[in-house]
Amino acid sequence: MNEGWLALTQQALSLLFSLDPEVWSIISVSFSVSFAALAITLLPSMVLGFLLAFSRFRGRWLITNLIQTLQSVPTVVIGLLVYLLLTRMGPLGDLKWLFTQKGMILGQMMICAPVLVAMSQAAFTSVDRRAWETSRTLGAPWYNAIWAVCRELKVPLLLAIIAAFSRILTEVGCSMMVGGNIAGVTRNIPTAIALETSKGDFAQAIALGLVLLVLALVLNFALGTLRGKAEPRSH
Amino acid sequence: MLNLKRVIGLAVTAALFVGMPVQANEVIKLATTTSTENSGLLKNLLPTFEAETGYKVQVIATGTGKALKLARQGDVDVVMTHAPAAEAKFVSEGYGRLPRGIMENDFVILGPKNDPAKIRPSDSAEAAFAKIAKSGAPFISRGDNSGTNMKELILWNKADVKPDFAGYTSVGQGMGKTLLMANELQGYTLSDRGTFVAYSGKIDLAVDFDGGKALANPYQIMLINAEKYPDLNHKGAKALSDWLISAEAQGMINNYKVQGEQLFKATYSE
Repeated sequence: MNEGWLALTQQALSLLFSLDPEVWSIISVSFSVSFAALAITLLPSMVLGFLLAFSRFRGRWLITNLIQTLQSVPTVVIGLLVYLLLTRMGPLGDLKWLFTQKGMILGQMMICAPVLVAMSQAAFTSVDRRAWETSRTLGAPWYNAIWAVCRELKVPLLLAIIAAFSRILTEVGCSMMVGGNIAGVTRNIPTAIALETSKGDFAQAIALGLVLLVLALVLNFALGTLRGKAEPRSH
Repeated sequence: MLNLKRVIGLAVTAALFVGMPVQANEVIKLATTTSTENSGLLKNLLPTFEAETGYKVQVIATGTGKALKLARQGDVDVVMTHAPAAEAKFVSEGYGRLPRGIMENDFVILGPKNDPAKIRPSDSAEAAFAKIAKSGAPFISRGDNSGTNMKELILWNKADVKPDFAGYTSVGQGMGKTLLMANELQGYTLSDRGTFVAYSGKIDLAVDFDGGKALANPYQIMLINAEKYPDLNHKGAKALSDWLISAEAQGMINNYKVQGEQLFKATYSE
């Protein structure tokens, strides 16, 4: 190596703190796409998770297992699927969404939905059903009753959201395939790291890696604090 | 601290090595460009070399910029690229040695079949580029420091156009992927002819401009400075370089066809 680690890390930090426009555009693409995907998927997924936990209907077992399986499908496979949907020859080709942020959002929605459904279902299954029944018998409308249950489950539901968000924020396969890594448009943190590494320019890759690392730390500490508040402390 | 176990282990290993016939270091790591890989040329050539010599060649296909960087850092044994200016620098700075021009192909400017920027006919590659920039049609750039990307930037420079107009799309991908993207977005792009021919069955793009010295694309194979990195497989690298300039390999290069079209012209001369 003709460039020392130290020099590289210094370059990386100066890129971040000098507000290098290119680096910050990449960061903002990452966050805006992943936030949009999460925001659109959140409510429907939680409702589905709730239904799967609280109601009994035929095929529930099948759906539950399907969603469990979908959680572990590699992101490149989802990328391939979305690519085939959106390509010019594909069924949704007329939307012209391939290599746009909209396409990326669609892909990330498909990646985070199974995580949200499965984890919220697990949370709702664990809750004491009496919270729900009590508020229903007291005459609360169903949405208020759901809200009561959700308040009860603040921590596991937040866990689900954070897990889903970190999965889509860090996935590279689907973003690369569907977004196409276009500078300033669909280049996000993971695809930029892949590109800079393939060019052999490590400073920017390290800068972006640091952003993900700091984010992971912040999220984990926040979760730890939440959990600590939620659980009775053992003396 | 010397411990007995380690000494015995070393002794046994040494004994094993002495007892075995001396084996040539048989893996050669070749850093090269995506164009030689995507066009299928290496898959066509290397098995013959491997059968004749007993070496195994491991191909790392990336852009020219990265390939030369790998060679500079001593991460590979030998490098084959297509960016004359960058290669000259690589040799003059003492990293590369024995550069040999083994073949060439050419670059082509591709675009949608209906040619929205009206670049057919153009007087020169840079004139065609200027028309694309004016028309607002998308131009898909490799944007990955590859030989093709360097050539493209030289052409923008000659055309006196800053590559930041509305349709300019820098994708940071290999040649094959870039062609697929240009096809999806129905934009223009600069490609080596080899990859274009290899992909022509998959894409709806036509050659809108080709020919002329400005679009020539020569490939060189270079060995790596043995003083800087003594532990690389220099013998294997030299064997590969020697084989590629042999009459046999040069003939195979000329005879390599995709879809009935010759992709590379062997160019080695003493």
